[in-house]
Amino acid sequence: MNLASPVQTAGGGRASAYFKRLMWPLIVLAALLIVNIAVTGFDFIVPSVHDGRLGGAFVNILRRSAPLLLIALGMTLVIATKGIDLSVGAVYAIGAAIACQYILNGDQSALGVVVTAVTLALAIAALIGAWNGAMVAYFGVQPIVATLILMIAGRGIAQLITGGQIPSVADDSPFVSIGRGAIATVPVPIIIGVAVFAALVLLTRTTALGMLLESVGGNPEASRLAGIRAKGITVLAYLIAGICAGLAGIIGAANLGSADANNGGLWIELDAILAVVIGGTTLLGGRFFLVGTTIGVAIIGTLEVTIINVGLSSQWQFTAKAIVVFIVAMLQSPEFRAWILRPFRTGRPGRTPAAHDPEKAPAK
Amino acid sequence: MSSPTLTERPTRSTLFDGLSRYIPIGATVALLAAMYLGGIANYPNFDNPQLIPDLFIGNAGLLIVAVGMTFVILSGGIDLSVGSVMAFSTMACAWLTVEAGLPASIVVPAVLVFGVLSGAFTGAIIHYFNVQPFIATLAGLFLYRGLTLQISDHDMSIRDIDFFSWGMQRIEFGDPRDGGFSLPYISFIAFGVVILAFIVLHYTRFGRSVYAVGGSEQSALLMGLPVARTKVGVYAISGFCAALGGVVAAFYTKSANPLAGVGLELDAIAAVVVGGTLLTGGAGFVLGTVAGVMVMGMLTTIIAFQGNLSSWWARIVVGVLLLAFILLQRVLARSGEKRKG
Amino acid sequence: MSDEPIVQMTGITKDFTGVRALDGVDFTLRPGEIHAIMGENGAGKSTLIKVLTGVHSPDAGRILLDGEPVRFNSPGHAQAGGIATVYQEVNLTENLSVAENLFAGREPRLGPFINFRAMRRRAKALLSDIGVDLNVAAPLSSYSIATQQLVAIARAVDIDAKVLILDEPTSSLDREEVAVLLRVMRSLADSGCAMVFISHFLDQVYEICDRMTVLRNGTLVGEWATADLPENELIGHMLGREVETLDALDRRRPHDRPAQSTPLVSAAGLGRKGAVAPFDLDIHEGEVIGLAGLLGSGRTETARLIAGADRHDTGTIAFDGRRIGGHSPRTAAARGIGFCPENRKTEGLVGDLTVAENMILAMQASRGWARAIPPARRSELVAEFIDKLDIRPANPDLPVRHLSGGNQQKVLLARWMLIEPRLLILDEPTRGIDVGAKADIQRLVAELSDAGMAVLFISAELDEVTRLSDRIAVLRDRELIDILHEESDMTTDRIVDTIVTRGSAE
Repeated sequence: MNLASPVQTAGGGRASAYFKRLMWPLIVLAALLIVNIAVTGFDFIVPSVHDGRLGGAFVNILRRSAPLLLIALGMTLVIATKGIDLSVGAVYAIGAAIACQYILNGDQSALGVVVTAVTLALAIAALIGAWNGAMVAYFGVQPIVATLILMIAGRGIAQLITGGQIPSVADDSPFVSIGRGAIATVPVPIIIGVAVFAALVLLTRTTALGMLLESVGGNPEASRLAGIRAKGITVLAYLIAGICAGLAGIIGAANLGSADANNGGLWIELDAILAVVIGGTTLLGGRFFLVGTTIGVAIIGTLEVTIINVGLSSQWQFTAKAIVVFIVAMLQSPEFRAWILRPFRTGRPGRTPAAHDPEKAPAK
Repeated sequence: MSSPTLTERPTRSTLFDGLSRYIPIGATVALLAAMYLGGIANYPNFDNPQLIPDLFIGNAGLLIVAVGMTFVILSGGIDLSVGSVMAFSTMACAWLTVEAGLPASIVVPAVLVFGVLSGAFTGAIIHYFNVQPFIATLAGLFLYRGLTLQISDHDMSIRDIDFFSWGMQRIEFGDPRDGGFSLPYISFIAFGVVILAFIVLHYTRFGRSVYAVGGSEQSALLMGLPVARTKVGVYAISGFCAALGGVVAAFYTKSANPLAGVGLELDAIAAVVVGGTLLTGGAGFVLGTVAGVMVMGMLTTIIAFQGNLSSWWARIVVGVLLLAFILLQRVLARSGEKRKG
Repeated sequence: MSDEPIVQMTGITKDFTGVRALDGVDFTLRPGEIHAIMGENGAGKSTLIKVLTGVHSPDAGRILLDGEPVRFNSPGHAQAGGIATVYQEVNLTENLSVAENLFAGREPRLGPFINFRAMRRRAKALLSDIGVDLNVAAPLSSYSIATQQLVAIARAVDIDAKVLILDEPTSSLDREEVAVLLRVMRSLADSGCAMVFISHFLDQVYEICDRMTVLRNGTLVGEWATADLPENELIGHMLGREVETLDALDRRRPHDRPAQSTPLVSAAGLGRKGAVAPFDLDIHEGEVIGLAGLLGSGRTETARLIAGADRHDTGTIAFDGRRIGGHSPRTAAARGIGFCPENRKTEGLVGDLTVAENMILAMQASRGWARAIPPARRSELVAEFIDKLDIRPANPDLPVRHLSGGNQQKVLLARWMLIEPRLLILDEPTRGIDVGAKADIQRLVAELSDAGMAVLFISAELDEVTRLSDRIAVLRDRELIDILHEESDMTTDRIVDTIVTRGSAE
């Protein structure tokens, strides 16, 4: 309800806004890490080196979270434009399907084939992203509806590509190292995740793209009248989200050595949206926080491990996620904060006073 | 100045306006008819009188859930939790009767009450704490799927509970050889839900409030409409429908699958949109949703009859249909704006 | 008429996180009177109304309704207590029919079901009572905003309100509709309903109101009978300073018309169906052109076509003598046309972004996203304009939504001044802002034009238009009917004459 928009006290621009939004996610992440360290010892957080590769529980979490991170980063940009991309899970499946299917049809161990396969998959993913963006920007379709189309149809397309099979790539193909390899002991997925994060931060914050995205998401009509190419920028955001989803699919498929059109990247769009929201970017668009999203992804990844570590069955995962969604939603709700803090505030009248005052003043 | 009188005709012709509201639903019905006639022309046995009743039976659960979803979408919200709630209530029915040994006559009403309460809770969170429906019901999607898996991570049969054989008992309408057909009780549950939903939406204050809130929540609030009651109400109805869908699924499958209804929320939303309801809220019909569910069921049936088509084509075609309907709605909305000037 | 007040508010205080919106305000409303609440924007008028109608709850003070203390916690609750409100923006639902909007929440019923036939019949009767004849089964969206406003009033009337609050109800109505409204108000008052009337239009206030309560900066200035308070004194009370500020804004010294130079912008037969009929208009450098006309006369639409905000479907527009194809806000900005739209909040500013970001938006847009303005240059420019336009608070990192209306308008002006436009289009730049900021903006327009910039200026306040303009284009019924250019024509009377005579001639 926007009836009352209290004027906030002046001061602090970007920096304090950043801190305010990131404080809660950081506390949650720290709490999760502390729980894990308490249960399993410091080995949880300290990386170890096995077979020339960084290992250890936390590094593994990061490695496994790379696809989610990529998708969540792309999703952040889309959400900043007041949009949402439900199709990323399907694009994940399509990206994985194209890459694996192309490699299977060629020489599996040839680097050239792998490079072509990855490029082809990314190009198609970009195309799908651009299509979503065009639906939103040029046809004026609500984002949730526009991307719902491919969310539903996308997995069908992925199955069409794989012919309903689950194509498996041989373990000695260079493709597999995208998911399982390491460069200078650092697992490749982590490198890709960090690289994409850095690239997007640079892309949005050293150029004016970030501000224009926030402007378009914050007020599309004002942005148009200010002469911003809002449509182009919106399409660009969806296109980036598409590429990120395709790349995530490739990493996922490379890690497994196969592409499962039905189950690959299932629910990942929901996890990604969750990560974005945890990270402090609201679904209403405008201000976005790539760092926050990254923390959100780390929270989701750590949560899954925490459940196992504290001795709960893996079925608890969904329930735990539900609790996280609930807590995040509550913490970000000003109404909830006001409600929960009310008993602690003295001298302020409540928000919901009795209908008519019970004590009637003497009439006349 | 003597008392002036102001007369204004609608800027859009009422005829056009009246009709344009029915174009999407008309298109859906036409499509349904075309699919049916196409089926009859191409496949032997497609004209079996049992085909249409079977559509209702096979999709009774989806239909009930989609009716609940229609309320939520008309009010301008969305409910992602329906698939999980449905699976949870099937599982709860199974566990409470089989494992806990409670009589089904207590369990089923209890599950339905639970559906109402959980929906009302979600609605209350959405309204009072101003949480976006997408996020609040996302929590429900995770929560009830998690709880379902915690009850059991494998199928649980309820074949031994006599009560659940009630649902598939059939009533015959004429002799199948002379064009007759039969319907099980569960299809009457679905019919009942549809009729009740239609009456509530169009002929009660609550129903009109749903449209008003979907049109503009702010205005509805300032007009003094019970916005809180309406918003909590639509989610409670959706929760009830999802739970009822779960009970109907228990009748239909006689077992509880912890992964049942994954993605059902998408099918329900798709059915509502194909049925001509605007996802932004405020415009649409529950009978459109019925047509939307039928279109999706008919699609699956045709693919089954064709035989050599793989199941994923259904998904692709539903996507294409969604695209077509969404673009149709856009075109209508634009022409409406143009006429308004 | 009883003198026993129906509403008595005493010592009402309301804070919004550190800002005191109302400070111990008293307000008394008697049955059968029409009572104006007057004040500048930010004086606390709307907060007072929102406290009375239960949108806000007061931090201190009490409200007596019919002598009994009440505390409403929602508009619905207040409505049930007999206080109905009609707001400036139509708060009805466009997707429902007229009849449904009139009776939403209290539809006539048969058992649990709505009796649509009875509802339509009653709706028809209700509307004809106030002199409006509509197809009540048609969706509200098929009627104009003005008609929707009348429907909202009819609804409030029918709720059997003891108190009817009209918050700027006339701002989107034309003259005839205002006459209908004022007549309805008078007859309601005669039947004993008490009314609170808020309007920027002083003539309407003086025509209809019995008493006035004046607020300033959240405090009560006083209460007067309308007859006892001449207009100039009222203005003095509202402003809290002597009227010299306004006097200082004498008519700007007119420009020497540039002799037959190529016009900067030349519109020929420019028009858009349903918005404005084809018109011709030349705008020269350094010239201030006023657009005058009643609300809905096509002023805004004319400005939007020239700005490229809307696409024209007839005619051509030329810039520097060269015809422009594919006119859009972006290409217009590239040519040096800046456009401050009528509605600052929804079309002008991005509320979440900071003052600095809002200022550089147009400049950045023209550079494209890839070439960010260097941070040092950016802070230098922003600081320069905050200083030049006296924007307060002078904090470039504050989200712009926290600024007052006048300062927001200045931020919007700064956005366009940054790109050094050759034509600045200002649609109601002084609406809803305090007099100080108003004067600043008028001065700025004069300065810019002296420096050679062309300005297209729209204002509902005709004296403002006459004071600033070199030429005045007069519009009526979505048609440009005349362009006044003689110095002697730059008067309010002349404009009104033009509108009236041209209107009756056809």
